[in-house]
Amino acid sequence: MALNVLMFYLLSAVIVICSILTITTTRILRAAFYLLCVLVATAGFYFMVDYQFMAGVQLVLYAGGIVVLIIFSILLTSHISHKFAKPEASRLIMGILVGASGFALSTLAILKYTFIPTTNPAMKVDMQAIGLQLLGTGKNGYVLPFEVISILLLAAMIGAIIIAKKGK
Amino acid sequence: MLQGIPITSVLIVSAFMFFAGVCGFIIRRNMITILMSIELILNAVNINMVVFNKFLFPDQLQGQFFALFIVGIAAAEASVAIALVINIYRRLNSISVDKVNEMKY
Repeated sequence: MALNVLMFYLLSAVIVICSILTITTTRILRAAFYLLCVLVATAGFYFMVDYQFMAGVQLVLYAGGIVVLIIFSILLTSHISHKFAKPEASRLIMGILVGASGFALSTLAILKYTFIPTTNPAMKVDMQAIGLQLLGTGKNGYVLPFEVISILLLAAMIGAIIIAKKGK
Repeated sequence: MLQGIPITSVLIVSAFMFFAGVCGFIIRRNMITILMSIELILNAVNINMVVFNKFLFPDQLQGQFFALFIVGIAAAEASVAIALVINIYRRLNSISVDKVNEMKY
């Protein structure tokens, strides 16, 4: 077996096991740690398909930013030793039923569909190409969504400060 | 097919992750763990975007840009959600969704 296939199975195993543990563990800080494992394995997967920039963004923003934010809020709002009660049986059955049937349905659809890749030659993905397209105004330019998301981030930042600050 | 890895196996892994997130969203009652489930769902969508870009349309960068924007939106959403969670904890001393029904009609 080739080494990259072995790596793919390893990353898939980490993703599958840790995403189950994220939603089943009874300790909240452990759930955050398992979420971190899933996100880092995803970044490894992006490295495998040669999208280094995407992997870097995944590591910095998701694994570095969002998980740290979640851990901060866990430490602010609950005790580390706090354990969840087991969920009610009806809700557990509902959740597993929805998850399993959805997964079965989408797996069936994926296996039935034949994916036809394009025959055009592959593009070399380096930082220059990404930067030129992200701020380009012509064909394949993404400057408008870029500006919109920068305004959205500013609005989210101001909103988060106003919501979380203490009243007078 | 990329160096022996078929596209379907990658898609199945990301579908599993997505529905693990959906399942957690239904089962969990704590607001922060619900937020974690949403992060799982968004991450699974990101994997799909990148995989379609790499395996089916390697001559373009569309999927990668969509994944980038989804990451940005996830960051904004997480910051606002955590501000809300902290505010709710300050007012009600609990972040369980069963106890937060003051705004309910």
